[in-house]
Amino acid sequence: MTEIKTEQPEKMAMGRSMKRKEDPRFLQGKGNYIDDINLKNQLYMALVHSPYPHANIKDIDSSAAMEVPGAVAVVTAKELDAHGVGWLPTFHGLDKQMVLANGKVLYQYQEVAACYAETREAAYDMAELVAVDYEPLEVVNDPYKAMTDEVLLRPDREAKTNHIYNWNVGDESGTDAALAASDHVIRQHITFPRVHAAPLEPCGCVAEFDAMGRLQFYVTSQAPHVYRTALFMVLGIPEDKIRVISPDLGGGFGNKVPIYPGYVCAIAGALVLQRPVKWIETRTENMTSSFARDYHMDIEIGASTDGTLTALKVNTVADHGAFDAAADPTKYPAGMFGVVTGSYQFPHAFANLDAYFTNKQPGGVAYRCSFRVTEASYLIERAMDILADDLKMDPTELRRKNFIRKDQFPYQTPLNFVYDSGDYEHTMDVALEKIGYTELLKEQAEKRARGELMGIGFSTFTEVTGAGPSKHFDILGIKMFDGAEIRIHPSGSGIIRTGTKSQGQGHETTWAQIVAEELGLDPQNFIVEEGDTDTAPYGLGTYASRSTPVAGGALALAARKIREKARKIAAHLLEVGEHDLEWKDYKFEVMGVPGQSVTMKEVAFAAYTNPGDNEPGLETTLYYDPPNMVFPHGTYVAVVDVDRETGETKVRRFLAVDDAGTIINPMIVEGQIHGGLTEGFAIAFMQEIAYDEAGNNLATNFTDYLVPTSLESPHWETAATCTPSPHHPIGAKSVGESPNVGSPAAFVNAVIDALSPLGVRHIDMPLSREKVWAAIRNAEQTHPAAD
Amino acid sequence: MTKTQNMEALGADFAGIDVPNIVTVSIRINGKVVTRAVPSRMLLVHFIREEAGLTGTHVGCDSSSCGVCTVLLDGSTPVKSCTMFAVMAHGRDVKTVESLAVGGTLHPVQQAFWDQHGLQCGYCTPGMMMTALALLERNPNPSEHDIREGLSGNLCRCTGYNNIVKAVQQAAGAMSASSAADPSAADD
Ligand code: FES
Ligand code: FES
Repeated sequence: MTEIKTEQPEKMAMGRSMKRKEDPRFLQGKGNYIDDINLKNQLYMALVHSPYPHANIKDIDSSAAMEVPGAVAVVTAKELDAHGVGWLPTFHGLDKQMVLANGKVLYQYQEVAACYAETREAAYDMAELVAVDYEPLEVVNDPYKAMTDEVLLRPDREAKTNHIYNWNVGDESGTDAALAASDHVIRQHITFPRVHAAPLEPCGCVAEFDAMGRLQFYVTSQAPHVYRTALFMVLGIPEDKIRVISPDLGGGFGNKVPIYPGYVCAIAGALVLQRPVKWIETRTENMTSSFARDYHMDIEIGASTDGTLTALKVNTVADHGAFDAAADPTKYPAGMFGVVTGSYQFPHAFANLDAYFTNKQPGGVAYRCSFRVTEASYLIERAMDILADDLKMDPTELRRKNFIRKDQFPYQTPLNFVYDSGDYEHTMDVALEKIGYTELLKEQAEKRARGELMGIGFSTFTEVTGAGPSKHFDILGIKMFDGAEIRIHPSGSGIIRTGTKSQGQGHETTWAQIVAEELGLDPQNFIVEEGDTDTAPYGLGTYASRSTPVAGGALALAARKIREKARKIAAHLLEVGEHDLEWKDYKFEVMGVPGQSVTMKEVAFAAYTNPGDNEPGLETTLYYDPPNMVFPHGTYVAVVDVDRETGETKVRRFLAVDDAGTIINPMIVEGQIHGGLTEGFAIAFMQEIAYDEAGNNLATNFTDYLVPTSLESPHWETAATCTPSPHHPIGAKSVGESPNVGSPAAFVNAVIDALSPLGVRHIDMPLSREKVWAAIRNAEQTHPAAD
Repeated sequence: MTKTQNMEALGADFAGIDVPNIVTVSIRINGKVVTRAVPSRMLLVHFIREEAGLTGTHVGCDSSSCGVCTVLLDGSTPVKSCTMFAVMAHGRDVKTVESLAVGGTLHPVQQAFWDQHGLQCGYCTPGMMMTALALLERNPNPSEHDIREGLSGNLCRCTGYNNIVKAVQQAAGAMSASSAADPSAADD
């Protein structure tokens, strides 16, 4: 097995590529995903979706649907309103969202009615037969058009405008003055297109009210506890009467964070019909229920002639679709977009963002990113290349000149973040060496002389992850700490529970490794449970790369709390004072007496058999509120060849050097990086939720919205540097989203670098063959001399 | 009703055939015959999951794009079971992921996916492994390109494929080593 070579010291359980404990069940087809759950006497639900992106609903006639054999009920907004569940709060808290279209539809595929039947087939038949009389309205598809408010999309809102909010940060006048005084200023409009997380398992749920009137809600959720609290808010059912169970998840990537209208309809159906209700999304429903990104950005960067950065200014128009359902903490309406100064020292910076409603599907999920970091990283990394090109500097030299230096941490950015640690120059040097930059440049010069198009693209991004510090973060007012519970059994095995929820990240293995390392026990002897609100400690779930920074910290500290209790029992066993003991080589040892020691296994047994005067048992629950976020970084390099005749791009090499601080399981980390890079590759080259002029969604399945296969996916090369986070209990930063955040810029920079001899400065993603071909033809016609 | 007694005929052409709503379908799944009266439009994947109770075969796209529903038909032909009606498999032989491990011992393909970290969420894994098996049956010694091409009907959203390719390479090695050691297997 190849392994990421880390620069961190060897430990007992941590830092090892332990094979995943969860895998045997997945490999044998014994995973328990949402559609594998069937309750006795269950009904099946199917939804009716609007074919129009904007229309008044004049009438809904369900009589034909009720004729279908097996039909049980049809529910519309009217019935939901009667029960007071017609609207649900968005996680953002700045808007609310219709459960079923109420009076009018606001985007294509919006849910209009719910059909309940004895079988899956009958429910779909019913959905076909519900007759809805629509009166189509003018479609507002472009956020720049939405600004004028000629067509008001959301008359339910108090503010009679399509503008949702303005957010800005930084020093505007200082930035303007610095830009005006700069030797050189670049300006560029850059769009990050609307994309979709598209896990292979669609979302779904099974809702049941049990004999005690308690809601048992099985659901694809990355954040089960938040769901429970949100359901209490929507339904008014006390939380002790709600149990949320999130089974195995077939990927999530942010798509399984929102509460979807289908969930509320399933619960409402189960309540009214007094039978369990199952609803599983079709692929088209999954594709049309949420989105990520859709930022239209104007960036200005000032620099002196030698390439020293002077100021950065960003103006962004965000297209949020029909509801402001963006999963952003309430204090950060535009999420972590403020990390847009990236890895560089900007004396002045200002970022401004305006969000608008359009007739598009709502969402704004944090798709494999900590709330808008992907947009920010892409923007700065793309803009740095444009600046380098204008200044005729090597893009790595421009970066090197302006990196925050390793002795400047903790580093206060002009946009209000305090970066914890990093060594950007070292990480870039590792990458340049590993990729063989000097030789690549030589090869490129030779190819250019022959008229061939070869590009080398860099991204030296900084991420902000670990959404947790409660002074900064809350969702619906709930602070974003995380809980961990550890129970050690008499034999030294144990159970670990957290408020996070793996969607394939391997928590069952990683969490066991953290606890085993802290306690000197065998990670094979721990089981990990997540996803059941009846047993797991409260926690905000798994998204935005927060599991290791927040729950991982909670686990390490909980284990240390257990160790402190164990120390008392060890002192009793060794008949010394507890301060005479030291934790050394994973044992309690009498200071200065090497032979005199007890293992944690011995202490565990004693905790239940012979604890002395100490409280028996060895278990604890702990909540961790991190002091700050963590800031992983990396250098990514893409090498591409572009076919001048066809516009076809071939990613010849891709190297990702990540610094995620302490790594718990290199094999898992490497796998996460491969997966994230493949998603970044897809975004750079092939994916977009596009709409036509009439508002039709053109990306409703995997034939229109492409997911890369093994054939076009590049072979990935990885390496790691290690600057631990100084404030995290084990120095871990997280990595799951870095490759998705960092890679699009590297791909696009490489393609633009390839096309730069033709005078091409920028192309918006996705860089499809057609777009690249058109850019080449266009450039050749504008500058025929470039041939 | 009489016209549909011969269910195999349904595979080719539905035109002009009076298809009854409920048909009795018998399929040998993992060596055991499962017979059920089901709606004629029931998809094979739903028969496997809901009638035979074998939930290792998944549904991801319902449109033959993702391959998470892949099973082997009549030996080693991989088919996307979301794209076939259950009646079309009447009287035929289907193998699902549940057939791979025997007596708790993982099949070399399963072992290789585990060893090489060829899975994350595990949702694509059963279909991916069934396709890999079919590939190795056709081509016991595939190149990296052969593997990537052979698996290109199966999507994975988590792994980025590098480790899946390595897993198939490992499985190829293990399977050819075991068939070399067992001459009767090599003759098959
Ligand atoms: S579910 Fe059959 S190919 Fe996707
Ligand atoms: S492992 Fe998740 S889709 Fe392949």
